Amino acid sequence: MPESAHSLSIPSAAQHLGKVRRFVEKHAREARLGEEAIAHIKMAVDEACANIIEHAYDDARQKISVLVRVDSERFTVCIRDQGRSFHPESWSKPNLFRIAESRRGGGLGVQIMRSLMDQVEYSTQGDTNEVRLTKFRCGEPGRNGGKTA
Amino acid sequence: MGRHEKPHETIGNMSNFSVGFRAEAHIRILDLKGELDAHTVSELEAALQKCREDKNHHIIVNGEHLQYISSAGLGVFMAYIEEMREAGGDIKIAGLQANVFNIFDLLGFPLLFDIVEAEEEAIRKFDADRNEKNDS
Repeated sequence: MPESAHSLSIPSAAQHLGKVRRFVEKHAREARLGEEAIAHIKMAVDEACANIIEHAYDDARQKISVLVRVDSERFTVCIRDQGRSFHPESWSKPNLFRIAESRRGGGLGVQIMRSLMDQVEYSTQGDTNEVRLTKFRCGEPGRNGGKTA
Repeated sequence: MGRHEKPHETIGNMSNFSVGFRAEAHIRILDLKGELDAHTVSELEAALQKCREDKNHHIIVNGEHLQYISSAGLGVFMAYIEEMREAGGDIKIAGLQANVFNIFDLLGFPLLFDIVEAEEEAIRKFDADRNEKNDS
């Protein structure tokens, strides 16, 4: 399968999340991924973008870029921002009962990404943060149980 | 009027998501339709807020027409569940499509929420709870 890359830029506002999901779904379908994989990628990308909107940026005019890369082995989505960085080492698996007791929802996005994708990697270069979400196309050769790098 | 022929009121339609209200005796049924994400979640919050204001603590969320849910939507259920239970009620979730149920299941929601296949089952459970309380 030939390699391909596709990009989308959205303002940092939740009203654009549907557009991101449709963008990712379109390219995942073109890459002939299965329905379950498509659903997982859509949701993981939605969660990544929603986290940026909520935690990294304060201004809806700031931009989030979404880059899809497809090759014979993997479907990768890189989501970049220039806001506050996320530190995965400070993340711990949320406890549903504690969240409910606190009467505050939230805190599930990272767990969803890790559960649905084969790889979730965070990096920062200069002022740009990137979260890279990878789904292996078949056989999942590098599957690591969704560990966060 | 039949059991499921109550007037259907809908609030919020600014996007591809809506919440419909029905009443079934002491139970409030919320019909979710469309895609529930960080943008549309305010409509679900408004619906549960209305239930709280109306002192409706027995709530069934019918997800038959819910096509998508993100963590923002899941978080709203978590924010309200304890309050509803403390008031003697519950939030029971019914009729989820397989792809949506899989997300609830993945996160362990069946441990925390009463999730049933059909709305009728949730109604029966509420009725049984009520009869039990009346008997005791």
